[in-house]
Amino acid sequence: MEPIRTLRSRTAVLPVSDVDTDQIIPARFLTTTTREGLGKHLFADWRYGPDGIPRPDFALNRAAAEGCAILVAGNNFGCGSSREHAPWALTDYGFRAVVSTQIADIFRSNSLKNGLVPVIVDPDTHRWLLEHPGAEVSIDLETATLRHPAGEAHFPLEPFARYCLINGVDELGFLLGRETEIAAYEGRAGIQ
Amino acid sequence: MSTTPQTLFEKVWRAHEVAAERADTPAVLYIDLHLIHEVTSPQAFTVLRQRALKVRRPQLTFATMDHSTPTRTEQVFGGAPIAIEAAARQVRELEVNCAAFGVELLDLRNDRRGIVHIIGPELGLTQPGKTVVCGDSHTSTHGALGALAFGIGTTEVGHVLATQCLLQRKPRTFAINVEGRFPAGVGAKDLILSIIGRIGIGGGTGHVIEYRGGGIRSLDMDGRMTVCNMSIEAGARAGMIAPDETTFAYLSGRLHAPRGEDWERALEHWRALPTDPGARFDREIDIDASTLEPMVTYGTHPGMVIPIGGAIPERPGDPVFEKSLAYMGFSPGQPIKEHPVNVVFVGSCTNGRLSDLRLAASLLRGRKVASGVQMLVVPGSQQVKREAEAEGLDRVFLEAGAEWRESGCSMCLGMNGDLVAKGHYAVSTSNRNFEGRQGVGARTLLASPLTAAACAVRGRVTDPRELM
Ligand code: SF4
Repeated sequence: MEPIRTLRSRTAVLPVSDVDTDQIIPARFLTTTTREGLGKHLFADWRYGPDGIPRPDFALNRAAAEGCAILVAGNNFGCGSSREHAPWALTDYGFRAVVSTQIADIFRSNSLKNGLVPVIVDPDTHRWLLEHPGAEVSIDLETATLRHPAGEAHFPLEPFARYCLINGVDELGFLLGRETEIAAYEGRAGIQ
Repeated sequence: MSTTPQTLFEKVWRAHEVAAERADTPAVLYIDLHLIHEVTSPQAFTVLRQRALKVRRPQLTFATMDHSTPTRTEQVFGGAPIAIEAAARQVRELEVNCAAFGVELLDLRNDRRGIVHIIGPELGLTQPGKTVVCGDSHTSTHGALGALAFGIGTTEVGHVLATQCLLQRKPRTFAINVEGRFPAGVGAKDLILSIIGRIGIGGGTGHVIEYRGGGIRSLDMDGRMTVCNMSIEAGARAGMIAPDETTFAYLSGRLHAPRGEDWERALEHWRALPTDPGARFDREIDIDASTLEPMVTYGTHPGMVIPIGGAIPERPGDPVFEKSLAYMGFSPGQPIKEHPVNVVFVGSCTNGRLSDLRLAASLLRGRKVASGVQMLVVPGSQQVKREAEAEGLDRVFLEAGAEWRESGCSMCLGMNGDLVAKGHYAVSTSNRNFEGRQGVGARTLLASPLTAAACAVRGRVTDPRELM
């Protein structure tokens, strides 16, 4: 994983609450056996009309949303299935952070493993961000702070997740390094 | 020895700590049972190959195929090709991966195959006190046996394959105390839907729920699994129920359950698992089962739920709510009863077990599915299918005009082509009514098997108690 210390971008705003993983990436696109290429199906049923043509009124289809790496969504983002295809689709599309007031557990865990920063902010900050699409925002992982033109907010970032993001450490390597303890546990538990 | 009273969750968690959590690192948690399926495993095996790793404990890993598999008998057993090419590719890839890494696979034609959360308990793989994971959020189902069971992403599937461990922060605990007797026509599905309606779809975030009390103990294992299954719809990491005599009777004699002296030893261990008197939960709520009614969802997430005799709420000035109702084609204040229905689906890891099929059949016996309504009954596993057929339930469904299929996830998520048409209303015993879940533009009403069967008979949203 690429180390990330700071993210700086304009925001794309999707003012929808309770965005579930079936919206982020509908099930019919889960038949892939690789991680790549899911960005074109991100929010497929909202983004495209029945004819496959992008809907001009969908937030991400507006010219101003192009190239934004920070997605600000409504309350409670990422509920539903454990499909890691959801963060894969978001990162393949170009997002590096998702901002909401609450982010579902499995989605948050999956995001952290794919370099997509889940940012949970207070309702006031959230409201300001929703009302100012395209705002220049920076996210500093070292201090777990989101800064926008009118203020800043701290967000919770589990210390180990922060360490992994900042140093580009992957958890698998870390777990493999615990071999002695794992083998000792298996010995105690009688697992061969 | 510590005398601090512990919860069921804490006991299972502690017993699996390879390393306890610290301020700067999560716990390393050992996993006793890893279930895998075709949709969320391919990329994990790719990582193993790239890093030249083996599956650490193949004997603790079991694979099945369920999400994208066909349910039409000719495609499963008749040699007809799987209609969806991408699904066929995933199925082949799982076969190749399991063969290459030495993992036991219940393949398409295996008579023990089924939805991953149905077969774990059914085969006796899921046991009290175990840690169980799967690349699927409804892994919470297995908690009904007193296991700590939760869904993981594909990267974590790779972690467990390679190390049999996961890095986890300890979740908080949440007790839901259910007392009172369930009224006739009201069951486990109605209970969990009303819990989600009460605490909300984010209400359990960061928590492991323990369902407790006489109301829970009165449920059979199938009903307990229905409740734990939908813990994730309340945002919880996992749901658990303390093992008791009902649990032990269910497990006894199952294929992978311990036998003889091992069984006695296991029982001793399992009996020590329930939450100690005086143990503290981070959060608690009480539910009186005797006040529950059949529940049905009206919106686009499972928290948008009302008693079947109720009216759709009014929330003026809430654009998200309005958008959801527009998708569903409902208006605020409208009663949900008598609304026409196009499709009825009985199945899924929520309600695809034998008791569920019995409930649905009890209302359909001697009746017909209303004309113009498609009813699909999909058993949760091949074993459930055989057991249902041995009781003649298949005849009840077929004679009523319903379709009787091979097992799989089917119309729960429509990956295999079992879809609801755009704009159509489906009463479904599954767990998610998200926009497009059962097909682009499909409108899902979640309900119990009894309610679903009643809706099929009348072709309208119907309170099952009217037909009982
Ligand atoms: S039946 Fe539905 S919810 Fe259950 S595992 Fe299959 S797709 Fe997931």
